[in-house]
Amino acid sequence: MSLTTKDKDTVKAFWTKVSGKAEDIGSDALSRMLLVYPQTKTYFAHWKDLSPSSAPVKKHGRTVMSGIGDAVSKIDNLTSGLLNLSELHAFTLRVDPANFKILSHNLLVVFAIMFPSYFTPEVHVAMDKFLSAVALALSEKYR
Amino acid sequence: MVKWTDFERATIKDIFSKIDSGVVGSAALSRCLTVYPWTQRYFGKFGNLFNAAAIASNPKVKAHGKVIMGALEMAAKNLDDIKNAYTQLSILHSEKLQVDPDNFKLLADCVTIVVAGQLGKAFTPEVHAAFEKFLAVVVASLRKQYY
Repeated sequence: MSLTTKDKDTVKAFWTKVSGKAEDIGSDALSRMLLVYPQTKTYFAHWKDLSPSSAPVKKHGRTVMSGIGDAVSKIDNLTSGLLNLSELHAFTLRVDPANFKILSHNLLVVFAIMFPSYFTPEVHVAMDKFLSAVALALSEKYR
Repeated sequence: MVKWTDFERATIKDIFSKIDSGVVGSAALSRCLTVYPWTQRYFGKFGNLFNAAAIASNPKVKAHGKVIMGALEMAAKNLDDIKNAYTQLSILHSEKLQVDPDNFKLLADCVTIVVAGQLGKAFTPEVHAAFEKFLAVVVASLRKQYY
């Protein structure tokens, strides 16, 4: 299920439209993930406040979104482009890759809420494929 | 036996009163067939599903979307016993339609996204959590009779 040229164009066009709100998107998606899928909180036990839109959640939302923005710019070769991030997640953070799917789902929900007219079924499939490809690239160094 | 908080009961009732039920089922099914094209395997008799536009305007997709919506509304009215309310539906999906139950989660995710799009900011993280819990119970109930 690799990204076609059309998928990549759709992703880049959508990102241009939404990247201005990256901070809000990241914060909202992370907030939802922690609340709707409480098992993900286990990775953030060191934060003081895990409630929606808290300071650590907002800050981390920015970090995540800048990673995704980076991925968009490296869309033609995600595996090599995201190598450092993959090493980070594999050796230091050790996040179970099943959780990438969960965060991806919450990002899609936030896109639907914030950009209802842009987030058509065609854009949805391209973004879902893209986020799956990012998750795969992030998993590269795990074993 | 699923335990629902007062907030969850009120939220689910509220969501179903606010969403456009004529549209949600069809839009969710349409999205599912577009985003996860392998789900089209169950709809061989539906005619033209060749691209997103064809799927979105397909009258059989729209009609079936309403059937799905009806089943979700039935679940919402039977919160305390969705498992039993869905026995026949579960048997239908496993024995007759022979749907891979992993597909239920795919459709449920599309329903969440369509409802989120309709409710906008009102679909807060807390409302979102209640709704996904509801859908998880629906999916589990549909899986119940598979063996």
